[in-house]
Amino acid sequence: MSDTKWKVTINGIEVECVPHETILQAAKKVGVKIPTLCHDDRLEPYGGCRLCIVHVKGVPRPLPACTTPVADKMDITTDTDSIRKIRANILELLLSNHPNDCMRCEATGDCTLQDLSYEYKVDGKRFEGEQWDLPLREDNPFITFEPNKCVLCGRCVRICNEVVMAGTIEISGRGFDSIPETSFKKPRTLDNCEFCGQCVSTCPTGALTDKRGRGKGRSYELEKVRTTCPYCGTGCNFDLNVKDGKVVKVTSALDAPVNHGNLCIKGRYGYEFIHSFERIQTPLIRKGDKMVTASWDEALDFIASKFKSLIKKYGENAVGGYSSARCTNEENFLLAKFIRTVFKTNNVDNCARV
Amino acid sequence: MAGLATSFGAGAASNSFNQIGDADTIFVIGSNTTEGHPIVSLHVKKALRKGAKLIVADPRKIWLAGKANVWLNQKPGTNIALLNGLIHIILKKGLENKDFISKRTEGFKELKEKVQEYDPETVMKITGVPEECLVEAAYTYATSKKSMILYGLGVSEHRTGTEGAIAIANLALVCGQIGRTSTGVNTLRGQNNVQGASDLGPYPNLLPGYQQLGDPAVRARFEKIWDVPIDPEPGLKFPHMLDAAISKKMKGLFILGGDQAHTDPNIHKVWKALGSLEFLVVQDLFHTETTKYADVILPGASFAEKDGTFTNGERRVQRIRKAVEPVAGMADWEVICKLANKMGYPMKYNHPSEIMKEIASLVPNYAGISYERLGKDGIQWPCPTKDHPGTTVMYENVFARPGGLARFVALDQIGPGEETDKEYPYHLITGRVREHYNNGSMTRRSPGIKELVPEELIEISPSDAKKLNISDGEFVKVSSRRGKVTVKAKVTDRSPKGVVFMAFHHQKVLTNVLTSHHRDPYTDTPEYKAAAVKIER
Ligand code: SF4
Ligand code: SF4
Ligand code: SF4
Ligand code: FES
Repeated sequence: MSDTKWKVTINGIEVECVPHETILQAAKKVGVKIPTLCHDDRLEPYGGCRLCIVHVKGVPRPLPACTTPVADKMDITTDTDSIRKIRANILELLLSNHPNDCMRCEATGDCTLQDLSYEYKVDGKRFEGEQWDLPLREDNPFITFEPNKCVLCGRCVRICNEVVMAGTIEISGRGFDSIPETSFKKPRTLDNCEFCGQCVSTCPTGALTDKRGRGKGRSYELEKVRTTCPYCGTGCNFDLNVKDGKVVKVTSALDAPVNHGNLCIKGRYGYEFIHSFERIQTPLIRKGDKMVTASWDEALDFIASKFKSLIKKYGENAVGGYSSARCTNEENFLLAKFIRTVFKTNNVDNCARV
Repeated sequence: MAGLATSFGAGAASNSFNQIGDADTIFVIGSNTTEGHPIVSLHVKKALRKGAKLIVADPRKIWLAGKANVWLNQKPGTNIALLNGLIHIILKKGLENKDFISKRTEGFKELKEKVQEYDPETVMKITGVPEECLVEAAYTYATSKKSMILYGLGVSEHRTGTEGAIAIANLALVCGQIGRTSTGVNTLRGQNNVQGASDLGPYPNLLPGYQQLGDPAVRARFEKIWDVPIDPEPGLKFPHMLDAAISKKMKGLFILGGDQAHTDPNIHKVWKALGSLEFLVVQDLFHTETTKYADVILPGASFAEKDGTFTNGERRVQRIRKAVEPVAGMADWEVICKLANKMGYPMKYNHPSEIMKEIASLVPNYAGISYERLGKDGIQWPCPTKDHPGTTVMYENVFARPGGLARFVALDQIGPGEETDKEYPYHLITGRVREHYNNGSMTRRSPGIKELVPEELIEISPSDAKKLNISDGEFVKVSSRRGKVTVKAKVTDRSPKGVVFMAFHHQKVLTNVLTSHHRDPYTDTPEYKAAAVKIER
């Protein structure tokens, strides 16, 4: 690591950079937004879509911001008329082979292609082109693929190969027929896919979506609640997406401190137990062989009197408590306190061994 | 976690997961990281992309073993011999960090003498790992600028789990691979809040924050805030509570969110104990093996239904937030408060943030933590004051032991509590698969996951399968000295000859009727990783 510091100007704003930083990273630091389509911070710079092109003083051709490293005293303009024209053209081309389906698309409101088309006022009608007509694929429990909506940014393929190293999907076919696919177009199973959903999380369009969340609400209808995964000790964060009092899906938190938007199958797709009909709904008290429903007050009164009489009859050390590594810090602390202050014994332990 | 506490002074990972990607060498021992901790494994993969070297010690040919520069394919239960052997080679070649050893550690002489017994030939005999692999691993780990160790339940879940962790700490200390970024000894813990439950939680001999119950000054601080006298005599650990239940000394038990009748080893005994209690209360999300024994079952609230914090494996305290109402109307912390009030002890918290306030006032490592400060990044303890940013690298200048030096401990190899023999010739390792979690009560209720992994499997090597005439997908009977289950076989070269693997996520196949009754004497951690079994068609 060298301590070299470079001065770069972006749209007239000066920004201090270090070598190897890209123009895109530099722009982000001063809040200048450059449109991107094939870029994801989790991936190596790629430079496929050219939407992020910017003008660098002294360079005749526009350069992609996501792959071009900054140089000292670089003077960058991100938004000129000619650059806007090129971007609009790229979008026109992409839309010319895109189904006009935003009104019922799962990704509406959460689609980079849609947002950029709006911003650049294009609708794909300028170029009449051949359009794909490929069937929707959802022959697996979690991931729906609508190939017609794919813009071939390669993000799904790169995240699966670079980051997850699962090698599930690749760009297959050539030219007009190339498409991200599993090898031999086999359905996804655990033999070829981890179902981590990283591909879904990076797709900038509605081509890859979470099957189990489909039709349950669009991004702007869903309240997002940031939380921590309840499964393993890695502590990944994600957003619970809530509509009408129900968790309908989990989405990536790209700014999460540990997992940076990545999740495993449990974190991303293991949420449905929350609303399982098998959840215990009310307190239950044993009457002979049967468990009978009770109100909280009945159950807690019964527990209180039972423990009181056990303590009276056999002493404090005939009772105890046990807590779990699944419970929160506050609950564990509280149980440790409860057993000592209410039961007045040190017979308290937890399963935090494994 | 007694192991790391003995060596370094604190029972927690020394570094942060984000530093894995910048390590020069990563040594993974006893962790099938890609399955057990998939997102930690993404950090390892990132390091590999950047050219880091990888050493893997595991009896099974796990995915990472296939990517490793050196795979130490040790026999199960031979961690201490293996690690002593690596230290032996490092000392013999003079690759140790002499400066670090002299300035920051104590007890080196004893260690040095002990590891002399572990020459490569001896170690090869015990572990089955060829000498050239041992040498390469030792050389790579010792000579890299930043070597980081990740270890998992394959170390802890042995009766020598504590020693295993100490042996790892010895290796890191000998090479001075700790106290800097992208080095250190990092445990990968099983359940989501193991770290937090240990930090704050209920122990029979400790008050929250690992504070000694026997210390009058500690008790006085708690007594003042809790307003009750605290008995200085330690209570019973859970296994002993079970014994006491069987001998009718223990009468009543309150179990918060645990399924011991499924996940504890040697569960026949657990069943007997729970059945002997006069009164059992269990609070959980679902009916489990344990709730079958309950006199009162209370509905638990899931992570989506309450506010609170979890502490992850790198000591990061992070929020969970209430997204939907609790199914039964009350979160677990509210239930505890209400019960306390009914039994005559006032607990008046309006919100978990107030409980955290009390934690901060009593637990030094959490003293600077409050809900206001836990933004989207959380805080890694130790966080001793309100303006402390938290700690990403521990032990940069001093260790947490009295005197500030780390301690070497000389150790002997001790094998598993149950060795294989003629009658029970296979070594059973239990663990997790990526798709499920522990007793499976949550993942099995998530329809897609259930569809993908509907049942338990026993992984067996092709050569053993051939010998026993078992084909892939066929049901086999697996028995140990304690019980028997029937389970579907999966023939795979992930298992070496003589070793079989099972998870424990399904209620139909209760793997833990097989597992061993041996435990780590220091922590009471069960030996899930070594039981002797036989397999029949
Ligand atoms: S779910 Fe994960 S493993 Fe499967 S294709 Fe997507 S990124 Fe690859
Ligand atoms: S499916 Fe999505 S992420 Fe993959 S190439 Fe197509 S548009 Fe890009
Ligand atoms: S998403 Fe997966 S790796 Fe991350 S905490 Fe949850 S279970 Fe662990
Ligand atoms: S985002 Fe830069 S080329 Fe696609």
